Amino acid sequence: MDEAVPLVELSGVKVLYGAERALDDVAFRLLPGEVHSLMGENGAGKSTLIRVLTGALQPHAGALSIDGNPVRFRSERDALRAGVSPVYQEIDLLPNLSVAENIFVGREPRRWGRIDWRTMRERAAEVLADLGLTVDPTSELGSHSVAVQQLVAIARALTAEVRVLVLDEPTSSLDTDEVGELFRVIRELKQRGVAIVFISHFLDQVYEISDRITVLRDGRLVGEYLTTELLRVDLVAKMLGKGIPLPHERQPYEDEADGSLPVLEARGVGTASLKPTDVSLGAGEVLGVAGLLGSGRTALARLLTGVDRPDRGVLLIDGDPRGLASPRAALAMGLAYSSENRRAEGIISELSVADNITLALQAQRGALRRLPPARARELAASWVEALDIRPAQLDKPAGELSGGNQQKVMLARLLALAPRVLVLDEPTRGIDVGAKAEIQRIVGELAEDGLSVVFISAELEEVLRVGDRVAILRDMHLVDTLPSAAVTIDSLLALVARPTETES
Amino acid sequence: MTAAVTTTKDGTAASTAGRAGTFMARRSALLPALAAVIILALLFAGAELFLRGDFITPRNLSALLLDNAYLLVLAVGMTFVILTSGIDLSVGSVMAFTGILGARLLAEGLPPAIAIPAMLIGGAAIGLVIGLLVQVFSVQPFIASLAGLFLARGLAFVVSLSSIKVEDSATLWLQTTRLRLGDWYITPTGIIALLAVAVAAFVLHYTRFGRTIYAVGGQEQSARLMGLNVARAKVMAYVISGFCGGLAGLILTAYSGAGYPRNGIGTELDAIAAVVIGGTLLSGGRGYVLGSMVGVFVYGTIKTIITFMGAEQSWMQIIVGTLLLVFIVIQRVIVARSGQKSP
Repeated sequence: MDEAVPLVELSGVKVLYGAERALDDVAFRLLPGEVHSLMGENGAGKSTLIRVLTGALQPHAGALSIDGNPVRFRSERDALRAGVSPVYQEIDLLPNLSVAENIFVGREPRRWGRIDWRTMRERAAEVLADLGLTVDPTSELGSHSVAVQQLVAIARALTAEVRVLVLDEPTSSLDTDEVGELFRVIRELKQRGVAIVFISHFLDQVYEISDRITVLRDGRLVGEYLTTELLRVDLVAKMLGKGIPLPHERQPYEDEADGSLPVLEARGVGTASLKPTDVSLGAGEVLGVAGLLGSGRTALARLLTGVDRPDRGVLLIDGDPRGLASPRAALAMGLAYSSENRRAEGIISELSVADNITLALQAQRGALRRLPPARARELAASWVEALDIRPAQLDKPAGELSGGNQQKVMLARLLALAPRVLVLDEPTRGIDVGAKAEIQRIVGELAEDGLSVVFISAELEEVLRVGDRVAILRDMHLVDTLPSAAVTIDSLLALVARPTETES
Repeated sequence: MTAAVTTTKDGTAASTAGRAGTFMARRSALLPALAAVIILALLFAGAELFLRGDFITPRNLSALLLDNAYLLVLAVGMTFVILTSGIDLSVGSVMAFTGILGARLLAEGLPPAIAIPAMLIGGAAIGLVIGLLVQVFSVQPFIASLAGLFLARGLAFVVSLSSIKVEDSATLWLQTTRLRLGDWYITPTGIIALLAVAVAAFVLHYTRFGRTIYAVGGQEQSARLMGLNVARAKVMAYVISGFCGGLAGLILTAYSGAGYPRNGIGTELDAIAAVVIGGTLLSGGRGYVLGSMVGVFVYGTIKTIITFMGAEQSWMQIIVGTLLLVFIVIQRVIVARSGQKSP
C-alpha cells in the first residue's frame, strides 16, 4: 500500500480551542488517486482536521507536506494555490449571483481585461453537464434547490486546478440519482490522480466509494484502514469507542406497578425527516439513546423538549396530551434540555460561573423578580459543591473552565430549575475520562432521587451503563427500545450499524 | 446592462409561461428596477395628462438631468456601498465640504487643475477613513459614516462660514455650456454624471472587483471562503462613494456658481431614497446602477411635477416617503421568496 509518495501528509497535528484539545497528535495522509474517508462522531475532530488541511486553521503543532515537501498554509488561498480545494456546503455560496458566477467568481474568464460572460456561461454549462445537471447557468443560485446548490459547489471545486478535493458531507442533501452522478464524477477524478477526502455519515456511501478509511475519536487518531479489510461493525466500534464496561453501579430501575403513568410519553411524534417515534419515560428512569450521527437522536431530543415542534404525533405529560410551543413552555412543565452544542447553545463564556448557573432560574422568574444577589450566590455555591465544579470560583468566566466542568455548570443551571425530566444530548462529548465518569455518576444519583433522564451519547458503552433502557435510532427512525440488561455492547453495535436494505 | 437573451436548449419554442419562468429565475433582482421604470413612465404619463401636453418636452427632460446631475453622481457612489450591504450617510456633507473647498481654492487664485483634483481627493479621503473604520475596526457602517458626516460638515465650516462665489470661467463652463440638438441640450455636468453611471455599470458588471462587491453583499463569509478580496472591495466601495461625493461637490458648485457650507443637508437621504427606489436592496447584493439612475429620475420628476402644480414642497417628501415604503415592502417580499429556497 505504501508504494506511492503521499500527495499530502499531515503528522503530529495538535489543535487547541482554549482549554479543550480538538486534535492531539493526529496523522493523516492522502495518496494520489484514492478516495479516503474520514470517519468519526461529532466532535471527533474531523472538521478541525479539514480546516487544518485547507489552511483555514493554523495547528499549534504538526507538520504538513505536499509531494514530500514540507509546506505551511497560512490561509485558504495558500491551500487553493497548492491545489487543495474544499467543497463547501451549499450555505457557503452566494445566493444572489448566477450559477455560472458561483462556479467562477474570483477566477472568471476574461477578455481584454473584462469578464467574458459568454465563455463563462459556456464553461459553466460544460461542467454542470459533466455532473449530469441541466440548469441554466445564468439563473440565480438562490432560485434552485439545496441539492442543485450542493452540486454547484462541487462544480466550483472541479473547475479549479484541483489535486486534493475535500468533500465534507456532500451527499446529505442529494437524492439517490444525484449521489450516483457525484460518485461517477469522483471515480473520474480518481482516474486523473486526484486525491479525494470524503466525509459522510452514510456508512453505505463510505463503503461504496472509499479506498481507505481514517478514524478519529475524541481528537485522537484511532487508525487508518483499507475499506476492504474493515468490517462495518468494527468501523462503528472504532468510531464510538468501546471502553471497559464497568458494572452497573446503581439499583436497576424498577418498572412501576400498572397504573402509574409515565412522566413523559411520546406517541408517534415525528417531523419531515424523523419517522414517527414512540418513547416513554417513567419517574426516576434513565433512558439511554444510542445512534450514530444523523440517526435522529438530536432531532428526537429537540422534539421532546419543545425546541422543535413535531409535525405529527402527541406528547403526553403525566398522561395528558400537551403541545410544547417553545423550550420555555417545556421548562414550565419541568422538561429541561441540554444541547449537544455546548459552546454555541449552552455556556455563555463571558459570564461568570455563578451567573451561568442562575441564568435559567432568573429567566424563569422574569426580569422583575430579581434573584437577590446573596441568594443567587448561595445557590450557585451549593451547586458548585454538589457537582464538584472545579475550580470552585464563582466569579471565574465560565469559558475558562475545562469542558467537563462547563458541562457541569450547564447541568447545574438546569437542575436549579428543579426539573422533572432532563434531556441530556451528548453531555460527555469532548471531556476527559474522569469528568465523564463523574457526569455519569451524577446522572445516576439524580435518577435515584426521582428525576427522569434522557441520556444521549455516541458512546454505546456509556449509554448502556447509564441507561435503564436503551432506545436505538438508525436512519431517522427508532429501531427498538430494550432494557439495558438485555443487550450487550456487541448486540447494540449491530443494531446501530446495520446497513439499510434499500440502498443501491 | 446585459439583456437576458432567452435561449432554449432543445430548440423547441418555449411557452410564454416558460419564458417568464426562465426570466424570473435569471433576473429576479431586476424586478424592483423594472418597477421603478414603470413608476417613472406612469409619472410621465400622469404629468403629461394633467398638464395637457406641457410636461414631456425636450426642455423639461434636459433640465431633469441637469438639475439632478449631482444627485445622480451621489446615487452612483451610494449604489456601490449599499450593494456591499453598507450605508454612507456622509455624502451630503462631503459634497458640501468639497464644494466649499473648491470654491475657496479658486477664490484664492489657484487654477482649476489644482482645485478640482483637490476636491475629488478630499472626498475620496473621507471615504477611505469611513471604509477603514468599517473594515478594519468593524464599526457599523451607519456609525462610521455618521462620523464622516459630522467630520465633513465641520470641515466645510472650517473652510468658510459663508457662501463663496465662483468666478473661475473653467468651472462655470461646466454648467453654462449647452450642447444642443434641436430643443434638447446637455451640459458638461450632465455628461459627467452620465459618464459616472456608465463607468460604474461597467465596473460592477465586467470586472472582478465589481462582482466582488456583489459577492460581499450576498454573503460576506462565503465571499471570503471563495478567496475573494473582501477587505479591498469593502474599503473601495466607501472610497468610490467619497470620490462621487467630491464629484457631486464639483457639479453642485458649478451648477449654483458658488460654494456654500450648508449645502446638501439631508441630501444623503435623497441619494439613499433614489437608490432604493431604483431597486437596489438595502440588504445588499442585488441591484443595478442603472436602476439608481431611474430612481434619481423618479425623484427628480416628482420634484418637477410638484413645482409645476405649485403645490407645497412638503408633498414632495410625503410622496417620496410613500414610494420608499412601497419599494421596501416589495424588496422584503423578494428577499423572503428567494430566502425560502435556501433554508
